[in-house]
Amino acid sequence: MKKFLNSAETVMADALLGLAAAHPELQVDLQQKIITRAGGPRRGKVGLVSGGGSGHEPLHGGFVGTGMLDAAVPGEVFTSPVPDQIVAATTAVNGGSGVVYIVKNYTGDVMNFQIAAELAGDADIKVETVLVNDDVAVKDSTWTAGRRGTGATVFVEKIAGALAERGAGLAEVAEVGRKVNASSRSFAVALTACTTPAAGKPGFELPAEEMEVGVGIHGEPGRRREKMCSAKDIVATAMEAILSDLPFAAGDSTIVMVNGLGGTPLIELYVLFGEVAATLRSKGIVIARNLVGNYITSLDMAGASITVCKADSQLIELWDAPVNTPGLRWGV
Amino acid sequence: MNTAWALAWMQALAAAIEEQTDYLTQLDSAIGDADHGANMRRGFGAVLTALNGFSAETAGDLLMKVGGTLISSVGGASGPLYGSAFRAIGKALREPSPSAEQLRGALADGLAAIQRLGAAVPGDKTMVDAYAPALAAFEEALKQGETAVAAAARAADAAEEGARATASLQARKGRASYLGPRSVGHQDPGATSTALMFRALAKATAAS
Repeated sequence: MKKFLNSAETVMADALLGLAAAHPELQVDLQQKIITRAGGPRRGKVGLVSGGGSGHEPLHGGFVGTGMLDAAVPGEVFTSPVPDQIVAATTAVNGGSGVVYIVKNYTGDVMNFQIAAELAGDADIKVETVLVNDDVAVKDSTWTAGRRGTGATVFVEKIAGALAERGAGLAEVAEVGRKVNASSRSFAVALTACTTPAAGKPGFELPAEEMEVGVGIHGEPGRRREKMCSAKDIVATAMEAILSDLPFAAGDSTIVMVNGLGGTPLIELYVLFGEVAATLRSKGIVIARNLVGNYITSLDMAGASITVCKADSQLIELWDAPVNTPGLRWGV
Repeated sequence: MNTAWALAWMQALAAAIEEQTDYLTQLDSAIGDADHGANMRRGFGAVLTALNGFSAETAGDLLMKVGGTLISSVGGASGPLYGSAFRAIGKALREPSPSAEQLRGALADGLAAIQRLGAAVPGDKTMVDAYAPALAAFEEALKQGETAVAAAARAADAAEEGARATASLQARKGRASYLGPRSVGHQDPGATSTALMFRALAKATAAS
């Protein structure tokens, strides 16, 4: 394993130190491992807290700032944060109007945020949880832990963050977050496994000519393995899975993200986006807004995910609202 | 089953985790995200630190402290699951010297806590597949008039067998469930660490 590390044990702390140095507009508590906006909570504003394992940067710390999150709680690499951390963040951002948790549907994340919500409740802080589970690669059935939360997390954080910034109440902010999740579908393909600093070697072996189809955002393997094929064919597989699931229809307006998993250059993401755009155009589906880049990564995994959100005028207007974070910035 | 016994149990478990860290991580990299060994080592490192100089009145107090420390330091699913289990076990062992029957009840409470939080049943390829047979073996041994020492040894054997048997199961809970049929053929890391927990229990009980 060749990585820029001081040691595998201190990667999280060292990265937080760097984030703090790079972004004085953020407040990074190295002790509690929480990232908040500098300046403390705004009285009356609903607080937004998101988090999960580290290794998905810029998610979540990179989305803390005006118009998006109030706090992020990064766990160890690919490991959910602990309840103490989440409660500390909750207390730090509570402006008296309650806090919304944005939680990706992974067993550990769900449990730790649930325990934190109970502890916050004991401290008289009202908490609403928005569970993100947009990954169509996983069959949602009693035979699995349910769909994983992936790319839609970025959309939920942006749009719910915009509504909270306008002073909407707790229930309303949570509701728009759930609406974004319900309107979004994602699918990912990996060309290589990623290497966690702790493990020191790739999470799975992938022969040079094969790809993992329906991969998650951790080291975990995907649903199946296939022979590598053209970007056009990969997009066809992904879009078939995404579009049939909601389902999306001609005339729908959408926000689309082609997201790199950490080890794929932008040139390839644009190749994919071109194919996605062509597919949607052929079906009469409109791309109202888009993101192409690395937003929810998986360390050094080569691969990409596609997320499509059916967006009405409310969601697009909130998407366009000003945002000022290390990872997303416009309108300011 | 006094405070010294509980401390010996936790020290034996921490030593076993330390020794098996790479193995647990290797099992987890096959069907999860390759962090189970590292997470458990971090958690039990924190447990040893927390217990250093901690004066507990009873085994229960000590195990409650262990549970709280695991919840606060491990993260992932194993933090809440192991943490809640030890909290439940500790809650049930508040007598100065609990009986074998009380230990049985405490272990049963531990399993109930895991199942309440994780909603897993036997056959889902989780910790429960080691824990449930271990508890059943413990109960059976007591029914046959065995001592706590013998019962704990049988529980450890049953947990190890249960952990090995997870290899042929298809995961239905946790991250491994996303693999579907591809999870078959790999031993579950959580069931494996649960077997370490019961082996450590047997060692501590035999030594007390």
